[in-house]
Amino acid sequence: MATGVGQPALRREGRAKLTGRALYVDDVAPAGLLHGTTIRSPAPRGTIRGIRFDPSIDWSEYTIVTAADIPGANVVKLITEDQPYLASGEVHHAEEPVALVAHPDPMRAAAARRHITIDIDPLPAVLSMDDADEVFKAYTVRKGDVDAAFADPTLVVVHGEYSTGAQEQLYIEPNGMIAVFDADTGVTVWGSMQCPYYIHGALAALLNVPDTRVRVVQMETGGGFGGKEEYPTVIAGHAALLAWKSGRPVKMIYGRAEDMAATTKRHPSRTRHRTAVTRDGRLVAMDIDFLIDGGAYCTLSPVVLSRGTIHAAGPYDCPNVRVQGRAVRTNVPPNGAFRGFGAPQSIFALERHMDRIAATLDIDPAELRRRNFVHTGDTLAVGQTIREPVDMDGLLSRALELSDYDAKRREFARANPSAAVRKGVGLATFMHGAGFTGSGEVHLSSVVAVEGTPEGSVRVLAASTEIGQGTNTIFSQIAAETLGVDIDDIEIAQPDTAVVPDSGPTVASRTCMVVGKLVESASAGVRRILVDSGYLPASYTRAQFRDACERYVARFGSLRSTSRYSPPPNVQWDDETYTGDAYGTYAWAAYVAEVSVDLRTWQAHVDDFVAVQEVGRVINPTLAQGQIEGGVAQAIGWALYEEVVWREGRMANAQMTNYIMPTSMDLPAIRVQFEEVPYPGGPGGAKGIGELPMDGAAPAIFNAVAHATGLDPRDLPLTPERIMALWNAR
Amino acid sequence: MTATPARIECTINGEPRALEGHPMSRLLDALRAAGLTGTKEGCGEGECGACAVLLDGTLVNSCLTPLAHASRAAITTIEGLAIREQLHAVQQSFLECGGAQCGICTPGMVLAAVDLLRRVPNPTEDDVRAGLAGNLCRCTGYMRIFAAVLDACRRMPATNAER
Repeated sequence: MATGVGQPALRREGRAKLTGRALYVDDVAPAGLLHGTTIRSPAPRGTIRGIRFDPSIDWSEYTIVTAADIPGANVVKLITEDQPYLASGEVHHAEEPVALVAHPDPMRAAAARRHITIDIDPLPAVLSMDDADEVFKAYTVRKGDVDAAFADPTLVVVHGEYSTGAQEQLYIEPNGMIAVFDADTGVTVWGSMQCPYYIHGALAALLNVPDTRVRVVQMETGGGFGGKEEYPTVIAGHAALLAWKSGRPVKMIYGRAEDMAATTKRHPSRTRHRTAVTRDGRLVAMDIDFLIDGGAYCTLSPVVLSRGTIHAAGPYDCPNVRVQGRAVRTNVPPNGAFRGFGAPQSIFALERHMDRIAATLDIDPAELRRRNFVHTGDTLAVGQTIREPVDMDGLLSRALELSDYDAKRREFARANPSAAVRKGVGLATFMHGAGFTGSGEVHLSSVVAVEGTPEGSVRVLAASTEIGQGTNTIFSQIAAETLGVDIDDIEIAQPDTAVVPDSGPTVASRTCMVVGKLVESASAGVRRILVDSGYLPASYTRAQFRDACERYVARFGSLRSTSRYSPPPNVQWDDETYTGDAYGTYAWAAYVAEVSVDLRTWQAHVDDFVAVQEVGRVINPTLAQGQIEGGVAQAIGWALYEEVVWREGRMANAQMTNYIMPTSMDLPAIRVQFEEVPYPGGPGGAKGIGELPMDGAAPAIFNAVAHATGLDPRDLPLTPERIMALWNAR
Repeated sequence: MTATPARIECTINGEPRALEGHPMSRLLDALRAAGLTGTKEGCGEGECGACAVLLDGTLVNSCLTPLAHASRAAITTIEGLAIREQLHAVQQSFLECGGAQCGICTPGMVLAAVDLLRRVPNPTEDDVRAGLAGNLCRCTGYMRIFAAVLDACRRMPATNAER
């Protein structure tokens, strides 16, 4: 079986998942377990007057924790320390945790919710970002002189305002944690998570124990999509508090409704564009205002804003650009990480706007983009000069060809006027930066270790989690390729902070490109040790490697190589001026959507989808294809189906019954093509891939609906109600 | 619930078993309490299909199935498909085609595929789409799953289809 880089190696943990043997957090139950429940604020904002416990219940059976019990700092450690684990004094959003209870019987634990009342004196709540006046963070990206450029009267100016709604990550496994506290050894949590070391750092402060008395172990995790980046820290903290107070193991598993209503979502956005363009379609100035709703606490909003702001001007070469980004505070549950991390929002606005510019100038949308693409040597708005080969023209040509774009545009234009079902085709061209923004990777300073085992195999130690995207498999392939051995010779250590070094969070399309590169270099280190010590000849067989590894470990006790991140040469970023190489590199893409819009039901449906991208070298074609298809599916859901309905600051449709994600009946064939241009900074030439497909599908679909109907949709999701309203307002 | 638990006799994956619980409690909880944790809960309201099992040959969402319905029934869960290390054709195809990512929808999805291939031995892609419409997957966009089911159909001996 071929298992090196570029081969469709089988998912390492696939067999366990397919036979039901893989263990997720709710599949284990330590002896003496209590079940924890969170008591939450019913109001979006107010002062807590008191917590009432129904006297008909025997509360001595329960462990109860409120803010007053917390032994350490009552603040979730993240960017800004503003969010308490348990509110006291004031609540800032509905569903905010106020108290915790635990009981040996899960039914009684859950029932406690109905017998505890939080009395709140309401305060005025900000429930829309238009009404918000508190700013978590603001960024400005500047290039050239935008105001001077707009003064040229020969230019055409196109305005547009675009909005996107919240989106629920909707991993099929709800959040969950188990915590055990022991006075001697400290606290251990097991759970569903993306970032074990985020939790590790946070629990020490919460429980006021040293780092050495905190251990965090990732269980098999049933999807994340960003939704298990930061919120699991809150749940881990809650479970740990109950375990600390009760002295017993505590399990907290969120029900679906609780998970949807209380945890983070994709930031809603509003983007305003003002663009000056020549009559023949050259972008001269882009003035962009990008606003996102952070919710009640800061969480990761500044970083989401940063990525959205940097991606707002797209893969275009424009001499004058100003992007002003703001993340504001409202009284809805905090929004947070979700695949794409701000970029899907700003790219949606830009790519819909590009089609409106094309319509204004009467230029084909593909041709308008061709006249403005960045090329190698051009400088993006943020001040990053593109040094690697980039061929947006080529990607676009391939996507148009595969989708039969030109013929379909002509055919649909001819057939549509008399049809009850209108058809259209639309495109989007875009990029996504891989890894942390700016100096983020330097600050993370991630570490990976690779070690030989006494049996002669090799073990990769990293905190990067397998959440379905294929970490276990690609790390195995990278290590096997580097060492010249078989994938079966490679083991991946379970992410456990007592065992693995901090390779950083599993986010930002960084696991393959950044952490995978560390796996590659640490693996090379193991080989070097064996060769330099004379245990292994320079060229060897798999059997010789195993033998050398086994003998070396027997002789010296251990064989271990660690690798720490250092930035690629020439990558410069200035935090003060917010300019420079925002990302080590970008993945580039051109997507085309074909839609039909039924004028009787007002339903838009995607009939065909073509996704062409350049993500460096593809490590595993099956997994890579699965990443793109899954991301496009999630973006189709965001574009057409997934609507969070708010009522007084609470999610009114916190159920899979009425929050509608795509089913097997709703999706088109998703046709995925890769152009492989090896990137020297990534393992085997690979770049990041996970978030890219979330960026381009929604604007391609909106542009296709505009083509089909002649309407001008600008607000996402594009539900039948919205299409009907637009049609009736023609 | 304080009512006396009932003892429900049934066959699970070919073995006689007794499940304990209130007759109106969820089959899902009884299976998991009996150690069959391959059956997952995704939504608890019959929308996602992660808890699907075969009950007397019919695909059911075990979160909506009262334990009483399991009385004297033959139940197949995900643990019952492979014969020791020999994966069922559907499992093998999911593994090779990339049909499983995070794995949480996988047990229900695989059982739905097995159910489909029993009812429709040579499905078209449209048949597969309709057959899996009750099982939600957030990772794959379903494309690798469709490929896996069609692949399983090709590799499945007639005897396997009857299992």
